[in-house]
Amino acid sequence: MIIVKRLAMLALLLGLGSAAQAQGDPMLVNGAGATFPYPIYSKWFDEYHKLHPNIQINYQSIGSGGGIRQLLAGTVDFGASDGPMSDEQLGQAKVKVLHFPTVLGADVPTYNIPGVTQELKFTPDALAGIFLGKITKWNDPAITAPNAGVKLPADDIVVVHRSDGSGTSYIWTDYLSKVSEEWKTKVGKGTSVNWPVGLGGKGNEGVAGLVKQTPNSIGYVELIYAIQNNLPYGQVRNSSGAFIKADLASVTAAAAGTAKSMPDDFRVSITDPVGKTAYPIASFTWLLVPEKISDGAKKKAIVDFVRWMLKDGQKFAEPLAYAQIPKEVVEKEMKAIDRIQ
Amino acid sequence: MATVPIAVERAGPGWGPRTLLRRLRSGDEIAHLATLCFAASVILITTWLVYVLWVNSALPRHKFGLHFFLTSVWDPIFDQFGALPFIYGTLVTSAVALLLAVPAGLGAAIFLAELAPQRISDALTFVIDLLAAVPSVIYGLLGIFTVVPLLRKYVQPFLHSTLGFLPFFQGPHYGVGFLAAGVLLAVMVMPFIISVSREVLLAVPVDQREAALALGATRWEATWKVIVPYARIGILGSVFLALARALGETMAVTMVIGNNPRISASLFAPGYTIAAIIANEFTEATGDLYLQALIELGLVLFLLTFILNGLARLLILLTTQRGTAQE
Repeated sequence: MIIVKRLAMLALLLGLGSAAQAQGDPMLVNGAGATFPYPIYSKWFDEYHKLHPNIQINYQSIGSGGGIRQLLAGTVDFGASDGPMSDEQLGQAKVKVLHFPTVLGADVPTYNIPGVTQELKFTPDALAGIFLGKITKWNDPAITAPNAGVKLPADDIVVVHRSDGSGTSYIWTDYLSKVSEEWKTKVGKGTSVNWPVGLGGKGNEGVAGLVKQTPNSIGYVELIYAIQNNLPYGQVRNSSGAFIKADLASVTAAAAGTAKSMPDDFRVSITDPVGKTAYPIASFTWLLVPEKISDGAKKKAIVDFVRWMLKDGQKFAEPLAYAQIPKEVVEKEMKAIDRIQ
Repeated sequence: MATVPIAVERAGPGWGPRTLLRRLRSGDEIAHLATLCFAASVILITTWLVYVLWVNSALPRHKFGLHFFLTSVWDPIFDQFGALPFIYGTLVTSAVALLLAVPAGLGAAIFLAELAPQRISDALTFVIDLLAAVPSVIYGLLGIFTVVPLLRKYVQPFLHSTLGFLPFFQGPHYGVGFLAAGVLLAVMVMPFIISVSREVLLAVPVDQREAALALGATRWEATWKVIVPYARIGILGSVFLALARALGETMAVTMVIGNNPRISASLFAPGYTIAAIIANEFTEATGDLYLQALIELGLVLFLLTFILNGLARLLILLTTQRGTAQE
């Protein structure tokens, strides 16, 4: 009898213990994906955890491809990607996947030409020609024409691109595909492509390092990286014919230009947009959220977070040098959140 | 030394039936079983690894077949995958590394084992062992900030002006490329060669040296003609350990090789290795064929290591036989 009593006591204690645990335990939400927005995402998850101590969001920045794969495999609650999922990938998903733009990023051309200190201006044709390997000298008329007054050398151009698969390359090749028919058919757009010419550097730091060291080189890096490391970078001519230097305002303007034509699933490329002040080589980065989340508490946590991220969270973007989502897009996203069931 | 008498059980006729229990009690069988398990686990893991790589690379194996080894286009957008430039880059960088590291490493090992005073030898060996423990990303940074600029500014122009008639030293001087990767790999694998070779040289019995000296050999003759040949199997072992590391090195190589899948005779040209492209593209590989092509590259690297190791065994076998024939 005593044994039975003791067992009952033990069971009660255990039961109480687990009940208490259930209350005190933070709700865990797991995500994985893009590395580019990792600094702002970790800031958001941290701030959100401060506001809601019972919700903890873990994010593994394993790359967009890995994020999409894990989301499709159902091992994470949400994914994140620098490029929108393809129709083929969406077709593989058991549950429909929704895209939510979170912040904006941009690529800038950075270069190292001995003796040239002025800010260079690049036309779309010049950039495409250089990266296709058709423009091989710095004094090619396609480069010198918009840069009157700059003495460009007759030296060979050394092209530097990213060697690792990355959202940065996706934006760059997406842009080149839009402005050059030849690029579109010969190379295409993607996180990794078959580069016609050039050296590959690993990461923004690899590209920047190669450009810094190699005379007469040109490469592309994320705007944030260029700003934080004081890299010189050039202006790019947009579709209105104006040469624009990338900054947070001109990047947000690029997104605003496409706000009206924004599709309902937000899978949109905003490179080469309309708008006089828009910088042409920019892109959204997306959160990927399943349309149906069976766990009610988890669903509420994710929905609440996305709302907060779009409203209060955006103010954390600029200090970290990310461009904010324009208002029109935020409004549209707020409506789209209701689709999560 | 006092010896405790132990009843040694010997298996064999006349000992009568031995129960499993009794065999276990003796301890020998337990050790036998345990070590067998450990040894078997190595084979199991290897087999399993090959199996996983094989199964997960079914798509490109069926689609490209042997063409995978023979074509040199790597295009994830248009789904064209060929491994040739990566195999080429892996072999070339490893060869350059060994070409530089083996003479230098062996020389250093001989100095440490045979010529240097004990205290200096110990201190230097400690430093060399430390070098072997430096993470490869540190070597990569060293490569980017020191080796590459040195190559571009001094070494490549020098090689170009003196040996420029050879196809290996032509083309523009980027700094990054096969040569940079080879030099960096040489620095990385040298500690292995030095460390292992030194141990092997030290293990050569003293009477070998004494016999050589007694026959009138100079100190160097004794070292080069007696000690080193005696230790050659161990030295070859150190070289193959170094080769294995060079073949699989990822981080440092991708930072300095230029990551361009082209086949070029010039060591100045940028290239690519198998390990480097896997590290570069695996995280963002979204398509099934693309991902599996990368996995197949892993299989190719495994195969390459396997073949080279086989050749190494063969080499050891051949030299050993020749050695005994001479005696």
